[in-house]
Amino acid sequence: MGRIEKHPILSIPKRRDISFTFNGKKLTAKEGEVISSALLAHGINVFSSHPYDGAPQGLYCANGQCAHCMVIANGLPVKACMTMVSTGMTVQSCDGNPRIPADDTVPEMINMRTIKTPFLIIGGGPAGLSAAIELAKFGVQGILVDDKHTLGGKLCLQTHNFFGSRSGCYAGTRGIDIARLLEEELKKYGRDLVDVWLNSPALGVFSDGKVGVIKKGEYILVKPEILLVATGAREKTLAFPGCDLPGVYGAGAFQTLVNRDLVRPAERLFICGGGNVGLISGYHALQAGIDVVGLVEALPKCGGYKVHLDKLRRLGVPVYTSHTILRVDGKDQVETVSICGIDDRFRRIPGSEKIFRADTLLIAVGLSPINEIYTKAKEYGIKVFASGDAEEIAEASAAMFSGRIQARKMVREIGKPCIIPEEWNEITATLRSKPGTEIEMNIRTLPGKVYPVIRCIQEIPCDPCTKVCPNFTIKVKEGILTGQPSFVGDACLGCAQCVLSCPALAIVLVDERYDTGHKRALLTLPIELADHTIGVGEEVTTVGLCGQRIGTGRVIAFRNAVSQDRCRLMLLDVPFENRLQVAGIEVREATVSTSGNSFLTEEEVVICRCERVTKHEIVELIRSGYRDMNQIKAVLRTGMGACGGKTCTELILGLFREEGVDLRDVTLPVHRLPETEVPLGVFAGLKK
Amino acid sequence: MSNNYDVIVIGGGSVGVPTALFLTLEGQKVLVVESKSAVGQGQNKAAIGGVRATHSDTAKILICRESLRIFSEWEETYGHNIGWKKGGYCFPVYRSREENILKSLLPIQKSHRLNIDWQDANGIKEIIPGIRPEGLIGGTFSPDDGQVSSLLAIDAMFRVSKDRGCTYRFREKVLEFLIERGRVKGIKSEKDTYYAPVIVNAAGAGAMQVGKLAGLDIPVTTDSHEAGISAPVEQFLGPLVVDLRPGPEGKTSNFYFAQNHKGSIIFCYTPSKLFIGTNREPTSEFLPILARRMVSLLPRLKNMLIRRVWRGLYPMTPDGLPICDCVREVEGLYLAVGMCGQGFMMGPGVGRNIMNLILHGTPLVALNIFNTLSFYRDFYSSKKEVLK
Repeated sequence: MGRIEKHPILSIPKRRDISFTFNGKKLTAKEGEVISSALLAHGINVFSSHPYDGAPQGLYCANGQCAHCMVIANGLPVKACMTMVSTGMTVQSCDGNPRIPADDTVPEMINMRTIKTPFLIIGGGPAGLSAAIELAKFGVQGILVDDKHTLGGKLCLQTHNFFGSRSGCYAGTRGIDIARLLEEELKKYGRDLVDVWLNSPALGVFSDGKVGVIKKGEYILVKPEILLVATGAREKTLAFPGCDLPGVYGAGAFQTLVNRDLVRPAERLFICGGGNVGLISGYHALQAGIDVVGLVEALPKCGGYKVHLDKLRRLGVPVYTSHTILRVDGKDQVETVSICGIDDRFRRIPGSEKIFRADTLLIAVGLSPINEIYTKAKEYGIKVFASGDAEEIAEASAAMFSGRIQARKMVREIGKPCIIPEEWNEITATLRSKPGTEIEMNIRTLPGKVYPVIRCIQEIPCDPCTKVCPNFTIKVKEGILTGQPSFVGDACLGCAQCVLSCPALAIVLVDERYDTGHKRALLTLPIELADHTIGVGEEVTTVGLCGQRIGTGRVIAFRNAVSQDRCRLMLLDVPFENRLQVAGIEVREATVSTSGNSFLTEEEVVICRCERVTKHEIVELIRSGYRDMNQIKAVLRTGMGACGGKTCTELILGLFREEGVDLRDVTLPVHRLPETEVPLGVFAGLKK
Repeated sequence: MSNNYDVIVIGGGSVGVPTALFLTLEGQKVLVVESKSAVGQGQNKAAIGGVRATHSDTAKILICRESLRIFSEWEETYGHNIGWKKGGYCFPVYRSREENILKSLLPIQKSHRLNIDWQDANGIKEIIPGIRPEGLIGGTFSPDDGQVSSLLAIDAMFRVSKDRGCTYRFREKVLEFLIERGRVKGIKSEKDTYYAPVIVNAAGAGAMQVGKLAGLDIPVTTDSHEAGISAPVEQFLGPLVVDLRPGPEGKTSNFYFAQNHKGSIIFCYTPSKLFIGTNREPTSEFLPILARRMVSLLPRLKNMLIRRVWRGLYPMTPDGLPICDCVREVEGLYLAVGMCGQGFMMGPGVGRNIMNLILHGTPLVALNIFNTLSFYRDFYSSKKEVLK
């Protein structure tokens, strides 16, 4: 717990301390920090209690979408994750329903503005930014809105190097840097064309074609000729006993805390979900100095890129496939995480339980498109496009291409001629494709010389290593983006550019010149952990591709790289016979778990977190014949809370499935505006 | 399973469900046919939930008094919390025009022994803490009126009726009436044919279409009204507040809001130029217009977090009064339609009267009063309902 003082990738900015109080206790926050992060930096993760049953409430989405982090700041109920701390702010727990201040002065109200624009892009992430750049290149004017303080969307949380095509979408560059590059590009082309509104959430589209936007506290209606929805994705979740405890987050929330706010919300993290998001989050946690005690994946194989998985396993994180989260226990916050094995029909296997001591559980079980605005706009007959995750869930690299493609479609719609290169569609499809089959590793050695060992053994769209070699000695099969790269040269300069460029840290340079007696070899490995983790001269445990122990090695030196900042090269002395096996070094010690019987009898599992509705209550209605989710909502209030069913809708559909109900018989809930809660005074035109 | 029933109710909404319930409680074998997939999925869930007896029309006063009795005793009788909050209705007044209208209604309201009185400005300030004091003349307050959750109430009535043997068929649109020698015999739906000597049209916003199937021209047209709700806060407002003044923006003729049993502020306005039709999609002008009116009347509402908006339909008759009657042209066919946006508050009272009319040939309220709701009245001569 506390703040991240050292980070291998992120620089720690110097920020002014400001003081505030929480429940009367004097605390300090960093200037520009949101309340939730300031509280978590002080180890406070229970903010309030739920008005219905007193259940502890804390940060959950970190994205302004729910209201679990509600606190009273200077007398008003606010979402702690969206409200910046101000000097001298009085923050209090919100126990029970908040009391609105008896402020009876009639405020001055300004007239609401309606702004017409050729285009409006909702969302300034990779898709929205790329689209805005493309539109600007064609000289089209418009507005881009985003609810955050900075452009880049989720790129701002991604500290790792991206996969994909180096020329097409900045592969081999860190997400945080891509965000800045795209922002620069937008400034270059769109300075006089694209009006960027930050800190401006879109509340939804109305039937008259207007989009409600809160621009820095002012409610404005924007009427675009064409709308582009680039709102990204929301995280799916799971329900199990204890899923509503503070300390259970989605990956987005966790990455926001660690990579945006530089807060360490955990000491010991457990991860649920072996897709790219879960795997990458695990890596981010280790980089932030948080121990990752384990990862479960329900399927027999992790769905993410194998290189991400291997990277994590090499660092010593145990991965349990065909396992699921059984429960989370703790008083007011996560203390233990219990998992158990499941068979091929996802039935739990008694006797396979393991219990881990952990203070945080990260859930990364998939994403769903945020497409409500798109769907409604289409229904209303508005010219609308969707791009990025709002169109189809995929990597950010795909989102950039889809943004460009949709932008060109918009240009056409406006009546300007433009072509959409056929290869754009192809590359988008490639970037969206699931990782392919595993390929046998093919190591080509140059006896007595230096050469790279490339452990890239799965078809994924990625090419930086082929582009950085000064001698062009790394090539992919048939020149396709998903092809396996191999070293084809007769000589290697040993410059290690390939080692540095590989997003998966899957290339090691082997130098046989190191010891002509062939007793030892010198390896050059990429390392992205904080300085203090390993020291020069230290003996380390070496591991193979998937983290299996090989032997030991000695750290000779570290080299900083000019071409790829923040990735360092570690020179490691290993026995000659290990030279082709060693892929990394072990960083964390093996996790200790205890086994125990965690199968408790029927227990309350909270499905709707906002309204505290349990699985039992919902199942009872399903069993008595309720098939309309609107009716369940009417009776139990599922989806009536602040988040509007964004969390529980999929879970309830899962309960229908569990009960053997054909989902064609289930009526889905009606989605209603606004997308996020807004004070009435803002709609009234309250002058600040 | 036999498809023979004593009564078929068309429409599982605010009127149909209580009607079916009271018939079931009297031992009738009742079938409810509903085109949507559950009860209350038409206009019921769009209701604000205000329930008052303090109308200006005698029939409505008596019907709603019955509704109030049923709602307020529900939890005690059946055990379900239906969100009943006896907070009253308050009509604050800033102009003599509204003062005159409201004061002129007091005699008739009091003649039915309704608990309503004129309050001076100070009285209103106590009833609505924080109300804008400038120009406040006074207003009426009727403490025995209140609010009910339309969502919880219809579910409770649905459950009780089902437990007592009432049958529901969802996702079945009625396609045809079976009529023989001037008498109803049953109906044909999308899925099946059902038989009963008595059929009640309680189809709400769809009443005209259902009427047409029986050859009736029911003078009901729909217009739409938008509403919204806030996140809950600690209780601070007792009554449902109605401001009868037209809005300075020229788009609203009155507006009303209340804090419901959960602590949320629920609000709605009547547009000065009605939105005729069945469109239920939200407009961009609703929130800015109503927010301004609400904040101007009760400034402390400015900090309420607005959570959701929606739009519902008012099935209107030309004179603003409902149609509750048995049809002369087709024997066995009853109408409980045209509730003019008050179907939820009138539902139980209408249901009990229709039940009595079917089973005993006479409504619960006096016949001469009930007849003012006749299908055969002159819809264009009688004076319009003053407080809609």
